Amino acid sequence: MTKLLEIKDLHVAIDGKEILKGVNLTMRSGEVHALMGPNGSGKSTLSYAIAGHPNYEVTSGEVLLDGQDILELEADERAKAGLFLAFQYPTSIPGVTVANFLRHAVTNVRNPGRKEGEDLVPMRDFRKELRAEMDELGMDPDFARRYLNEGFSGGEKKRAEVLQLAMLRPAFAILDETDSGLDIDAVRVVSEGVNKVAAKVGTGVLVITHYQRILTYIKPQFVHILYGGKIVEDGGPELVDTLEREGYDWVRAKYPNDAKAEDALSV
Amino acid sequence: MATDLNLQVEGIKDEYKYGFRDSETNYSFKSGKGLNREIVEQISEMKNEPNWMRELRLKALEVFWQKPLPQWGGELNELNFNDIHYYMKAADRQGKTWDDVPTEIKNTFDKLGIPEAERKFLAGVGAQYESEVVYHSLREDLQKKGVIFTDTDTALREHSDLLREYFAKVIPIHDNKFAALNSAVWSGGSFVYIPAGVKIDIPLQAYFRINAENMGQFERTLIIVEEGAQVHYVEGCTAPMYSTESLHSAVVEIVVKKGGRCRYTTIQNWANNIYNLVTKRAVAYEDALMEWVDGNLGSRLTMKYPAVYLMGEGARGEVLSIAFAGKGQHQDAGAKIVHGAPHTSSRVISKSISKNGGRASYRGLLKVAAGAHGSKSSVVCDALILDDKSRSDTYPYIEIDEDDVKIGHEASVSKIGEEQLFYLMSRGLSDAEASTLIVSGFIEPLVKELPMEYAVEMNKLIQLQMEGSVG
Repeated sequence: MTKLLEIKDLHVAIDGKEILKGVNLTMRSGEVHALMGPNGSGKSTLSYAIAGHPNYEVTSGEVLLDGQDILELEADERAKAGLFLAFQYPTSIPGVTVANFLRHAVTNVRNPGRKEGEDLVPMRDFRKELRAEMDELGMDPDFARRYLNEGFSGGEKKRAEVLQLAMLRPAFAILDETDSGLDIDAVRVVSEGVNKVAAKVGTGVLVITHYQRILTYIKPQFVHILYGGKIVEDGGPELVDTLEREGYDWVRAKYPNDAKAEDALSV
Repeated sequence: MATDLNLQVEGIKDEYKYGFRDSETNYSFKSGKGLNREIVEQISEMKNEPNWMRELRLKALEVFWQKPLPQWGGELNELNFNDIHYYMKAADRQGKTWDDVPTEIKNTFDKLGIPEAERKFLAGVGAQYESEVVYHSLREDLQKKGVIFTDTDTALREHSDLLREYFAKVIPIHDNKFAALNSAVWSGGSFVYIPAGVKIDIPLQAYFRINAENMGQFERTLIIVEEGAQVHYVEGCTAPMYSTESLHSAVVEIVVKKGGRCRYTTIQNWANNIYNLVTKRAVAYEDALMEWVDGNLGSRLTMKYPAVYLMGEGARGEVLSIAFAGKGQHQDAGAKIVHGAPHTSSRVISKSISKNGGRASYRGLLKVAAGAHGSKSSVVCDALILDDKSRSDTYPYIEIDEDDVKIGHEASVSKIGEEQLFYLMSRGLSDAEASTLIVSGFIEPLVKELPMEYAVEMNKLIQLQMEGSVG
């Protein structure tokens, strides 16, 4: 069943400073969108705001998942509704193994009505499934016993995010700079992982990046340019080539008002 | 008061006739509130003790009265010594099987999972209810090897030579006010004797239950590990919730001889109106290893600093402790290590969590005596504070009288990070579940030192604490 994620005129502020100034974006299941933009244009702000980080204040606008406004929901309720954010800098949770954490996550996301303290998904089934997903991602089984993100290399962190994506099977996934800090082989492995999940589950994917290289592996049908807190251009894959060739100077020239906003944001 | 006392003394002669059985609980004996020489004599008489023990009790009572209340650690001034029953006997005799134990008490221990645990993974079990041990068992093959695991009262009758040799030697009656109190009114507790070379690979467990309101529980445990022997002793404690305070003041003395090993694991989960004031100390001789694994949950105030005196060359001591302080609770816990011989080593790892206005303190003493050259010690204490109302303090005392030593001390205090919470919540975990997971991760390095069954219990207890539903 096709699902719909609509971001309508979204304004977001941090510490009273407005970062997003009216973002509009619509995605359906199975679609791959790329969101590009220079550093400081508000890309991560958009991903955190959608995921429900308490420090990101939505001052106006809507985010609808199949028509339901999710902005009133806590982060965990959004995850249960089918949203997933692959973090640019996943935080470490000392003493909590990847497997234990994921068992809690899978239990909650798959049984949204579960009350706290009720049973987790059965250990045996869970282990089997986790093992299979790790195999597909080419991960060592020992990885499941390591503490979440503790002492992980950049590549391991991103792979762990994709493993979570695979286990949680969200309707929509936002990949926030999943390629940053990775060498080219790691980018390929992680991208292939995302593609497999998307193909299997029909996840709608929003790839946030400022390099085109990840987009040679995760091929977007739709490309958006975020500039000065707004999406200024929507197009197809050809936009990626344009940006690659010409950088953001033409965007700047074409949208002088947003350029001012962009300059203000990067201060 | 005087009349009460007369009735009590009468009651000793015929406890049933004078109605000292609590009509609700069928207790066979319950001392009046408050403490005096008569009560101490009464306890000793009821137990048919030898004279030396009776004298020791009375001397200890004098010491208790003489010593002032400690004005450090926690707030003790509200503790009313006159409002406590110092001795209560709920069952007439001790059971050798659970069927011998009065039904109501057996049900309590059933609920606590003790008989089941015994069947599954324990070599021996002792269960104490109020002042007396109501059940005791030890695997037969261990009995044949000369292992003794019994309650301390029985030990005083059946192994009086050992008791006379070791009782109150590691912790003398004048050691501190509460050790003196325990020495005066002690009842129950475990006596463990492991003959030379005997190694017990699965744990012995004792379980202490306070049931009545205003009860004082003063168990007395003595463990002797002979040369090259090995034992793991586990202790668990609980009590129901009442509106007034109860007092738990135990003394645990341990002697580990040359090459012996002893691990003492405690998980105490008291209701939050219990004053838990416990003195635990071990002496480790040449190449011996003593490990305290100490989990403190609940209680209104816990003051407990398991100690290891390293008195033989090459002796090692470890204290691993977890404290969880919730609303209205103060955990003042830590460790005391004395290096009294060359090439001794010690390790202290302490983790504390405070939540909802709770206060957790680490209080530790590390002492290296002159001549204890080549000794090593490492102390690490980490505190996790869950909200702005809660508090954590560290009081490390270090006295080093020897130059040739290696000492490490690290302390950290952290708050649950907003980013950690958000990360877990973005994966579908509720706020509370995410906090619980972060806390269980924080104590994981210690929990994994516990036998599996206790690790599971510890995690369950932490979850309950996080839900705030223990009581």
